[in-house]
Amino acid sequence: MSLSSQDVNKIAWLARLAIDPDKTEAYARDLSGILDFVEQMNSVDTTIVAPMAHPLDQCQRLRPDEIRETDRRADFQTHAPLVEAGLYLVPKVIE
Amino acid sequence: MHDKTIAELSRGLRNSEYSSVELTQAFLARIRQHDPVLNSFVTVTEDIALAQARSADERIARGEAGPLIGVPIGQKDIFCTQGVRTSCGSRMLDTFISPYDATVVERLRQAGTVMLGKLNMDEFAMGSSNETSYYGPVKNPWDIGTVPGGSSGGSAAAVAARLVPGATGTDTGGSIRQPASFCGITGIKPTYGRVSRWGMIAFASSLDQAGPMARTAEDCAWLLQAMAGFDDKDSTSLDYPIPDYSSALNGSLEGLRIGLPTEFFGEGLDEDIARLVHEAVDEYRKLGATVKEVSLPNMHLSAPAYYVVAPAECSSNLARFDGVRYGHRCQDPKDLHDLYMRSRGEGFGAEVQRRILIGTYALSAGYYDAYYLKAQKIRRLISDDFKRVFQEVDVILGPTSPSVAFRFGEKSADPIAMYLSDIYTIAVNLAGLPGMSIPVGFSNKRPVGMQIIGNYFAEDKLLNVAHRYQQVTDWHGQAPADFS
Repeated sequence: MSLSSQDVNKIAWLARLAIDPDKTEAYARDLSGILDFVEQMNSVDTTIVAPMAHPLDQCQRLRPDEIRETDRRADFQTHAPLVEAGLYLVPKVIE
Repeated sequence: MHDKTIAELSRGLRNSEYSSVELTQAFLARIRQHDPVLNSFVTVTEDIALAQARSADERIARGEAGPLIGVPIGQKDIFCTQGVRTSCGSRMLDTFISPYDATVVERLRQAGTVMLGKLNMDEFAMGSSNETSYYGPVKNPWDIGTVPGGSSGGSAAAVAARLVPGATGTDTGGSIRQPASFCGITGIKPTYGRVSRWGMIAFASSLDQAGPMARTAEDCAWLLQAMAGFDDKDSTSLDYPIPDYSSALNGSLEGLRIGLPTEFFGEGLDEDIARLVHEAVDEYRKLGATVKEVSLPNMHLSAPAYYVVAPAECSSNLARFDGVRYGHRCQDPKDLHDLYMRSRGEGFGAEVQRRILIGTYALSAGYYDAYYLKAQKIRRLISDDFKRVFQEVDVILGPTSPSVAFRFGEKSADPIAMYLSDIYTIAVNLAGLPGMSIPVGFSNKRPVGMQIIGNYFAEDKLLNVAHRYQQVTDWHGQAPADFS
C-alpha cells in the first residue's frame, strides 16, 4: 500500500490536522511503511472469525437515567482558551 | 531511606522511625538532586506532598490501619489530578490544570499515599522510548545515554533511581512492562477493566489499562490493592471481586505449570536475554514448577493488528482536542477549520500525528472492513490462542522486550523498528490479559526483564510467581551506581 503526498493531505483534512508541507512526503513514506506492515494481517483467512470488541465479551452497563453530576460549567470553562458569558467563543461560522 | 521498598517504608512509618513529612522531604531532596539529569518529572508537587504527608502523619498517630498511609509515590502525567497540571506529555495540554481527580488518583490518596509529582511520559502514551514527550526524553538511570523505555518511562526511571518508591503507569501495548524491563524494576498490567480508566487520558480505549510500578512484586501488590476495583464512572470497569493480593504472595509454586511459547524465543531475540530468561525458568524448576513448550501461532499478527486498533481508537479519542474547550489554541484563527487544524497541528507532536493519520485512514469510508474489522478478528485469534494455552499451563513466561534499553535516536527515525520493541507485550493487551515484568539479570550492564502472563483475573497468581522468584534472587534489589 503506497500513499502519495496528496493522499496524506486528504487524510490530514479528514483528521482536521494541519501538517507542515515540508513533512508531507516523510509522512507519506512512514504511513505507507506502516500500512505495508499491517498488511500482514491478510496472511490469514478470517472469514468465519467473529470480531472481538471486548476481551471478556462484556456489554455496556446500563444505569437509571438520573442526574448525578452537579453543574460545574464555570469550573470547566476556566480551562477554555476563550469564553464569554458562559459560552465558548470560536471564529464566526455564518456570515 | 530512599533505598527502602514500600513495605519497608510502611513498617518504618508505623514504628515511628521517621514521619511521613521527613520521608517526603527526603524524596523531594533526591528529586531536586537527581532529576535535572534524568528528567523523569514534568511537575513536582512539593506543597501538595507536604500537606498530604502532614495529614498522613495525623492518620498514623490516630492509629489508622492502612499499609500505604504516608508512603510517597509519583503519578504518571496521564492521570488527571485536580488543581495540578496534567500534560500527558503534550504541548496540547501544557497549561491544562485538571478540574477533577482520576479514580486511580483518588483511591491512592484515600489509601494515604503522598503524591510527589507528575511523571514524564511519551506524548499521549504513544511511544516506546520516551523520546516523544514534549518535555524532552527521560534518561535511563542505568546508562543515561539510553532510553528508559516508554511510554511510562518517567515512572520507571524515577523508581529505578530511587526518586520515588513506587509509581503509577499505564499500558496500552507494553507501556508498563517494557520500561519496567529497561529500568530493572517490577510492573504489572492488570486484566483489562480491573483498574478504572476514569480520569486517565484515553489513548486506545479497548486496550488501555493502568497498573503499579515499583521495585518489588510485594510493593506492586500493595499499590494494586488500592488501585483496583469496580468503578461506576468507567463503563468498561469489571464488577468482579478483588482478592487480597498480599496474602497470595507467599503461596507455594510446587506444581506450578509454566508455558514457554516457541514464538517468544525465535528470531530477533537478543541471545543474552534468551539465556537470562531460561536461567530464571530454572529457578522456577527449583521452586517446584514444571515447564513445557507451548505455541501461540498467531503471535506474529499481534503487532500488525495493534497498529490498526491503537491508531484507530487514538484518532477517535484525540478528536476531542479541538482548541475550543481546553488545550492549545492557535493564534488568530481565520475561521473554524483553521482553528481546529492549526491548534491540532501545533499541539500534537510527530508520532501522535502519525497515529492520528493512520487511524483516520483506517476508519475512513471504504476501509473499515479491511483494517479495523480485520484487526478485531485477528484479536479473536490471538485471544483464542491464549485461551487454549491456559488450559494446559498456569502462567506463560518469556522475554518482555527483544532487546535491552537502546540508545537515544537509535530507533526514532524508523517507526516500525520502534513498534517492534513491544513485540512480546502487545498480544497481552489485544487479549485483555494481565501481564507483568520483573528483572532477571543484566546484559551489557543494562537490565533485562522477564514477562509473566496469566489468565484473566490472575493478578494474584502473577504477583505470587514474581514474589517467590524475588525471594530467592536479588536482581530487583540492584540499584544503578550513580543513583544508589
